[in-house]
Amino acid sequence: MATTRTGNTPVTRPTVPGGPVASTVPVGAVYAEGTRLEWGASLVEGSVVLDETVAPNAPWSAVVRQGHVLTIVDVGGNQSADCLLYSADDPEERYSVPDTLSWQGNAYVRTGTVLRSNEGRPLMTVVANEIDRQDTIGGACGKESNTLRYGHHVMFQHGCRENFLAEAGRRGLGVRDLVSNLNWFMNVPVEADGALGIVDGMSAPGRRVAVRAERDVLVLVSNCPQMNNPCNDFNPTPLRMLVVDPTPAARETRLAPPVGDARSAAAAGTPEGAS
Amino acid sequence: MTTAESSTAGAPHGRYPAGQGSARARDLHLTDSVRSARQDARAQGGQSGQWMPYLPASGSPYCPPEVDPSALVWAETVAPGGYTHKVLARGTRLRFDDPTGDACAHLLLFNALEPIERLNVADTQKIPWQAYLGQNHPLLSGDGRVLAVVSGDSSGRHDAFCGTTTDAWNERKYGDARPEGPSPSGRGLFLKAAAKHGLSRRDLPPGVSFFQGVRVESDGTLGWQGSAGPGTHVELIAEMPLLVLVANVAHPLDPRPGYVVGPLRVHAWRGAPTGPGEPRFTATPELHRAYLNTVDYCEARGL
Ligand SMILES: [Zn+2]
Repeated sequence: MATTRTGNTPVTRPTVPGGPVASTVPVGAVYAEGTRLEWGASLVEGSVVLDETVAPNAPWSAVVRQGHVLTIVDVGGNQSADCLLYSADDPEERYSVPDTLSWQGNAYVRTGTVLRSNEGRPLMTVVANEIDRQDTIGGACGKESNTLRYGHHVMFQHGCRENFLAEAGRRGLGVRDLVSNLNWFMNVPVEADGALGIVDGMSAPGRRVAVRAERDVLVLVSNCPQMNNPCNDFNPTPLRMLVVDPTPAARETRLAPPVGDARSAAAAGTPEGAS
Repeated sequence: MTTAESSTAGAPHGRYPAGQGSARARDLHLTDSVRSARQDARAQGGQSGQWMPYLPASGSPYCPPEVDPSALVWAETVAPGGYTHKVLARGTRLRFDDPTGDACAHLLLFNALEPIERLNVADTQKIPWQAYLGQNHPLLSGDGRVLAVVSGDSSGRHDAFCGTTTDAWNERKYGDARPEGPSPSGRGLFLKAAAKHGLSRRDLPPGVSFFQGVRVESDGTLGWQGSAGPGTHVELIAEMPLLVLVANVAHPLDPRPGYVVGPLRVHAWRGAPTGPGEPRFTATPELHRAYLNTVDYCEARGL
């Protein structure tokens, strides 16, 4: 697999030499003019190996090498970054909500949370986080589930499940590989009687979360296009994805290609000693 | 087959009463020719055990109350640490009974016709605006349809957060996770059940479990609630043709140091799916639209 995917094209009106092309397609909304955007920087010191923007409504993916740290910047504030993780070497081992929650005995994701696979092993660890708690209960939006939540009149709208399918397809994965996901910067409280739902976010422009890869991990992200609930504050904004190699050696050889195989160090740095 | 006493196969079975007393199994069988081996094998039929499927299902010794035995299509007692699986027609009633208070029915559901459509726990919690499973709670697929609905629940102690156990978890907690061992993981058993329907690792999404409750505390802590005691049951309606996978294994958060699981009784009988005339069909706007999607799919397929 390639280390990065290039060519993130923002959702804009297509243009040909004669000028913008008119379209009758009802594409998703993007942020309002005048929206405050804070592009931030990596939460962890290190040499930058990837720095990309995910346009509103768009999917994204990259392989984050073991030991590297991915910072996700919530550029416009309260923009849900729906996220799935796969072991890059064996994508059938992938992120698991219940395993992540069971192992830590808590329903919310915070600094220190180990993001575990369906086989209970660490894929990534949250090493820094600038909002109270991150969500992994709320799942992804999609055309089909939107019909249940809001009505069949929104079936035509774009959704995270569509993004996941499109981006997974580029990586040789498909619908069998989609499972319950993380939602960075989304707020889903569980109340005492079990009531649960997506409510106004706790994030703000420029807030960040940083996750360290415990082995080579394929990260899939959908920059959520949902316009029927507050998961993006009804104002879809970009995300910035920064990967750094925090090792001192890497700092001296800036922009060198990722070190071939860091797997020999596997598990040595994994929390809880599990592997 | 070896007759060596060191055979590992002999040991576990000796733990269960099978009418063999303390005699060695070897001494109870005359198998020195095909004829005697056949006689010996056939003489073993017709016995009953504590955990077994009952065939025909109508002959179940544990037919649920007010169910016509002739309508039964599945009757089984799943052993502690055991698993089972079945393809059920649309409309089938599926009931789990926990006779001892120690069963834990881990469940995965698939559309039997297109198994890429399967239980989606996030949607199952998010769309009804409710994290805890109970009466009328739909078990939703990721395709906006009702795979099954909880139509009866005398336990109220269930969990949709923790999923089932992995080998890594059980090895850490019990020192062993082999599916043939004393503390099998739920995932290990699901893998085998799935394989018998041509499915594999990537086809196993997060699941739900019945009879051992978990509640989320205000700081997010997953609090153990455990069982409601012996003699409870849960009933589901298959709203679509279902592939059902069941693993009866210790819940991941079970605080007991030992691996304690009781037998799980499973019964299913013929019935009709929830129809537009029933209160459940329109109980909430979300459930109503989920049923509309489900009926739309089934009608188009001629189901
Ligand atoms: Zn979304």
